[in-house]
Amino acid sequence: MAFPHRPDAPELPDFSMLKRLARDQLIYLLEQLPGKKDLFIEADLMSPLDRIANVSILKQHEVDKLYKVENKPALSSSLVNADKLAGRTRKYKVIFSPQKFYACEMVLEEEGIYGDVSCDEWAFSLLPLDVDLLSMELPEFFRDYFLEGDQRWINTVAQALHLLSTLYGPFPNCYGIGRCAKMAYELWRNLEEEEDGETKGRRPEIGHIFLLDRDVDFVTALCSQVVYEGLVDDTFRIKCGKCHGPLLGTSHMAGLVFNEIRNEHFSNVFGFLSQKARNLQAQYDRRRGMDIKQMKNFVSQELKGLKQEHRLLSLHIGACESIMKKKTKQDFQELIKTEHALLEGFNIRESTSYIEEHIDRQVSPIESLRLMCLLSITENGDARCSLDTHYGPEHLLTFSNLRRAGLLTEQAPGDTLTAVESKVSKLVTDKAAGKITDAFSSLAKRSNFRAISKKLNLIPRVDGEYDLKVPRDMAYVFSGAYVPLSCRIIEQVLERRSWQGLDEVVRLLNCSDFAFTDMTKEDKASSESLRLILVVFLGGCTFSEISALRFLGREKGYRFIFLTTAVTNSARLMEAMSEVKA
Amino acid sequence: MDCYTANWNPLGDSAFYRKYELYSMDWDLKEELRDCLVAAAPYGGPIALLRNPWRKEKAASVRPVLDIYSASGMPLASLLVSTSDGPWGLGLDRVSSSEDSLRNLSPLQWKSGPVVSLGWSAEEELLCVQEDGAVLVYGLHGDFRRHFSMGNEVLQNRVLDARIFHTEFGSGVAILTGAHRFTLSANVGDLKLRRMPEVPGLQSAPSCWTALCQDRVAHVLLAVGPDLYLLDHAACSAVTPPGLAPGVSSFLQMAVSFTYRHLALFTDTGYIWMGTASLKEKLCEFNCNIRAPPKQMVWCSRPRSKERAVVVAWERRLMVVGDASESIQFVLDEDSYLVPELDGVRIFSRSTHEFLHEVPAASEEIFKIASMAPGALLLEAQKEYEKESQKADEYLREIQELGQLTQAVQQCIEAAGHEHQPDMQKSLLRAASFGKCFLDRFPPNSFVHMCQDLRVLNAVRDYHIGIPLTYSQYKQLTIQVLLDRLVLRRLYPLAIQICEYLRLPEVQGVSRILAHWACYKVQQKDVSDEDVARAINQKLGDTPGVSYSDIAARAYGCGRTELAIKLLEYEPRSGEQVPLLLKMKRSKLALSKAIESGDTDLVFTVLLHLKNELNRGDFFMTLRNQPMALSLYRQFCKHQELETLKDLYNQDDNHQELGSFHIRASYAAEERIEGRVAALQTAADAFYKAKNEFAAKATEDQMRLLRLQRRLEDELGGQFLDLSLHDTVTTLILGGHNKRAEQLARDFRIPDKRLWWLKLTALADLEDWEELEKFSKSKKSPIGYLPFVEICMKQHNKYEAKKYASRVGPEQKVKALLLVGDVAQAADVAIEHRNEAELSLVLSHCTGATDGATADKIQRARAQAQKK
Repeated sequence: MAFPHRPDAPELPDFSMLKRLARDQLIYLLEQLPGKKDLFIEADLMSPLDRIANVSILKQHEVDKLYKVENKPALSSSLVNADKLAGRTRKYKVIFSPQKFYACEMVLEEEGIYGDVSCDEWAFSLLPLDVDLLSMELPEFFRDYFLEGDQRWINTVAQALHLLSTLYGPFPNCYGIGRCAKMAYELWRNLEEEEDGETKGRRPEIGHIFLLDRDVDFVTALCSQVVYEGLVDDTFRIKCGKCHGPLLGTSHMAGLVFNEIRNEHFSNVFGFLSQKARNLQAQYDRRRGMDIKQMKNFVSQELKGLKQEHRLLSLHIGACESIMKKKTKQDFQELIKTEHALLEGFNIRESTSYIEEHIDRQVSPIESLRLMCLLSITENGDARCSLDTHYGPEHLLTFSNLRRAGLLTEQAPGDTLTAVESKVSKLVTDKAAGKITDAFSSLAKRSNFRAISKKLNLIPRVDGEYDLKVPRDMAYVFSGAYVPLSCRIIEQVLERRSWQGLDEVVRLLNCSDFAFTDMTKEDKASSESLRLILVVFLGGCTFSEISALRFLGREKGYRFIFLTTAVTNSARLMEAMSEVKA
Repeated sequence: MDCYTANWNPLGDSAFYRKYELYSMDWDLKEELRDCLVAAAPYGGPIALLRNPWRKEKAASVRPVLDIYSASGMPLASLLVSTSDGPWGLGLDRVSSSEDSLRNLSPLQWKSGPVVSLGWSAEEELLCVQEDGAVLVYGLHGDFRRHFSMGNEVLQNRVLDARIFHTEFGSGVAILTGAHRFTLSANVGDLKLRRMPEVPGLQSAPSCWTALCQDRVAHVLLAVGPDLYLLDHAACSAVTPPGLAPGVSSFLQMAVSFTYRHLALFTDTGYIWMGTASLKEKLCEFNCNIRAPPKQMVWCSRPRSKERAVVVAWERRLMVVGDASESIQFVLDEDSYLVPELDGVRIFSRSTHEFLHEVPAASEEIFKIASMAPGALLLEAQKEYEKESQKADEYLREIQELGQLTQAVQQCIEAAGHEHQPDMQKSLLRAASFGKCFLDRFPPNSFVHMCQDLRVLNAVRDYHIGIPLTYSQYKQLTIQVLLDRLVLRRLYPLAIQICEYLRLPEVQGVSRILAHWACYKVQQKDVSDEDVARAINQKLGDTPGVSYSDIAARAYGCGRTELAIKLLEYEPRSGEQVPLLLKMKRSKLALSKAIESGDTDLVFTVLLHLKNELNRGDFFMTLRNQPMALSLYRQFCKHQELETLKDLYNQDDNHQELGSFHIRASYAAEERIEGRVAALQTAADAFYKAKNEFAAKATEDQMRLLRLQRRLEDELGGQFLDLSLHDTVTTLILGGHNKRAEQLARDFRIPDKRLWWLKLTALADLEDWEELEKFSKSKKSPIGYLPFVEICMKQHNKYEAKKYASRVGPEQKVKALLLVGDVAQAADVAIEHRNEAELSLVLSHCTGATDGATADKIQRARAQAQKK
């Protein structure tokens, strides 16, 4: 049932090199402190570290004890100072990953331990989660950049791109959309220029690179996911490629079974799994009527594989059951129907009352927020509901966050904004004022989803039933109701090899200044590499988008490689925007 | 050619020594050398002369003068001018033309205390040890670098004598104080003073002493009367050289070889002992029968040679002694000075500069009279060939018959390296090249490299450059160090030509030299900033490996801030520009550069710098024009300085953010309820100012809620504070306070629908079915009755659910009936409604045999409907 790739689909580059690189670097850092040592790891780094170097590797390099750290600077300083008080002398090394910031040193200095510790950087910025998926494991990127305007991670992104281009050759064709995409791209170009000559003359392995800001397409990320992997992520949360649901425990989200269903619409999965179960049973059943020799063969060769498959199968069936139970309880169908109505823009009143009921029932604030944002963006209207006192005052701040990030849009341009704008313009020169006005207008961006949707034909016309088993287009990841905007943009640009003819869309996306193309004239790229496309999602991408592009790749004979700051979903977006009481 | 070996002097049977002239000195000395303090650096280094050293008999009014010359006697100051206006052709011609005017450069006047000793460090810095223990360090061009002191003890007891010596760590200074104690530092670059132990019973100054370096530790060897003492860090031990002839009552001179491996001692009996520096082995001895103390004694030997010889100089006599009964004697016409080198001795006087060394093996083989060595034959063959004589063939055959042609070529190449005269080098190389023609596979490397090396050597040996390096010295020194020394002498064009000639990688070669040149260029105060910046950029362009920020830093160091800023413009890496700009207090420029770079870390660095540098108002104003920096600073304040954040918003009249700020404070910072309410009040005011009525109202509601929750806690007990309104009402209902709950709902105008959902859920949770029923009948439900059915079913109370199912409106009836599991009735209703969607919904709920009849019924109804 898994769709085979076209025979001419290009081979993916070997990303295990990145893992090896990170591991070697870590080992090098560990070996700089010879002898036995304890390792304190920040909680967020635990799972990525586990994928790079397991405990036995750490032990090999004389890591004695491993500790998990919740609050970094406070701990290291209390540790060092406690040792000082007790008169113990030890060596301390703080390893910052992916990079050390000036502020880090400042904190150490303030804690009075700057001189006691040595610092190092572990430039571990790219974690291959899959053969075609690289994650920077920077979930904070989304809030830091899109809400707080903190650009520090952009440099990290540029460094990561630089690493990729040194390892896999230059990218002959570059496209991008979004303010952050442009900045990251320019920074990266600077890096390349500084280290001129290293990548020159290398044959490019990856023909295209496409950078995309998350805020270009919030809608897709806000939708409930119905592709299996996305659904599992929505329900149980996949972290670092491992599922942290109660059911799957920490089982690795890989294996044959999973590869076959991950990109499938959920409605197909159960049927597939039961078919698989039947096959498995049949294979078990072959035992009957075997003679001793055959039996021996069977036990020694096939049984282990079958058992493994059996175990995975039962895991996934369990997951499916659990998902079904959850989804039916809250009337998942109803929810999906409402979402589709919002995307298509009909029955708005019904949808609005559904959302109101959702709020009235106080099912989950995060879900309610998500639906409100979806309503607000798709309808380009203000979905102001008096939610705050009903959920707690901190959500008043959440609202203002959502508005600032452009997840909640306003009908009328905010007065406050224009007031500030005019005030600032008075203070600075005309040119700068122009820039600032741009910045503000992009801040106060209004969503033009409906118009964009029409231009890009995001809502496929359905004649009769959409057969989810045989997808026709990328819309299958949303039950045939909606083609993810982000993926459609990528498709269109790749088709045209530029933004030509998409001016109107770009304008509607408020990205007129931030859509760029950059082609090198050199024609060294092989036709195979030209069908390899690196898509960079700044602010996170969802499994649905990955599935959709994988589908597109199969249709057109491309292979997509995904580089994302983190894998995200609607709940993570909302949580990132929420103010939480400490 | 016959007389080629005329200046060869045999010492014993196996070795020849030769002395040849390097330069005729052109320095026009007015004084005798003996009237000066002299220091000459090894490896053909510069010569420092301190004229009029402090002599008791001289009048104090005569100031001593320090002169520094190259090995060829050129005043080094002349070199300074030769490149100062940057002739980018060869600057060499200019040297000679402007030479005369340079003679009149005002000499360095010594203004400090009396100098006891001079010496050159390995970096060619001149160390002047003063009587008070202060050591002044000068550059090659007489520019003062720094000074350091050899300690209090030395200051008190004054310096009696001092030596500068070289170790693998750098250059060391050893001092003998007036109290006859030794203090030394093994490396002046990393000054660590070491006071050596006392020599027991030492009453007067030792007759001679030297610093030794063994096993990476510096020692002092001194002679007192007939005794020798070795001082190390810990102890003073008496030592005796093995095999020393009897009758010695005093040692007059001692000499350590260039590599510290050998030691020579000259006694008052005119006897010379030569042995290892460890004093464990004697090599040879010699009795010269001259009792007068020699002026200088130095070792003269070359690496990998078995011959050991010592050169001893008296006023008018020079003697080379070794393991032979006879010595070689030279007459000195003038007052001369010896400089020990790695492979020989340089001897300079007022008029000449000579080199005395053991003739290298290859040269000896080739040029020895009547030599039949293959190299000698090859040289002969080549000469005959040039004469077009058939003898050439004979010689060649002779070599080839012996199978020694390869060896012959190698010999010629090697010998060429040791020749000083280009003519001789050429003829040897020509011979080698000639011989190579008759060899099949002779690797060309050695020949090519020798040609290149000789070309470089001849260039630096030139009179104008004055670095008389021998081949062995050059190899020991390495090309990198040689380039450094050329740069140090400001011979940039020559250095660059050498780099280009040897095709050294740009980063190590040309770029580095250009960077040095630029650093020197910025020191020229008489050229305008624009011109300097332009000149530097023209020359350097985008040469890889050149750091404009380093050059700018140098310019800033010379006090040329504007020039530094201009130079920084050429620096492509912002990360390199910013720190210097900060250092120059151009923080605002630094800020915009940092922002341009897109490196937030850099921006952050500048921000914190600015914050300390500017007053608050200016700082905020600066931020205003830089949105990116502002947002970064806000981030910082959020974590570190909340109060500043408030001020920032206040300044911008950003009431919206101020409101948010106070909201956050209301639950994060304030503990007491009064404080929290006050914070909320401030927030509400701010929101009003921001014209955000919605937020203001919501905030006011929150204030009311807080107060009310407080009252509830006081009156009812339990936990109410910080619950949301919804949870507060729910808690009240769960606690049975229905009246209060309703009051609250009215007060806060909770929409009816929401209240009904809330009550319904709460009562069902309580399983208070009676109250629920009462509630359901209190008035017509604004949310219909389907939710009642749902919630009851959630609590698994089918009985109650059915009650409400009957009350559900017709459009939701089917759903309700299906929820309570009454498929049959649901089917009836759906058929009655003739609603296709409902029918299929019911059908999908028909499972197994039990609902078979119902399913059939629906199918029939459908069929009927279609017929119609």
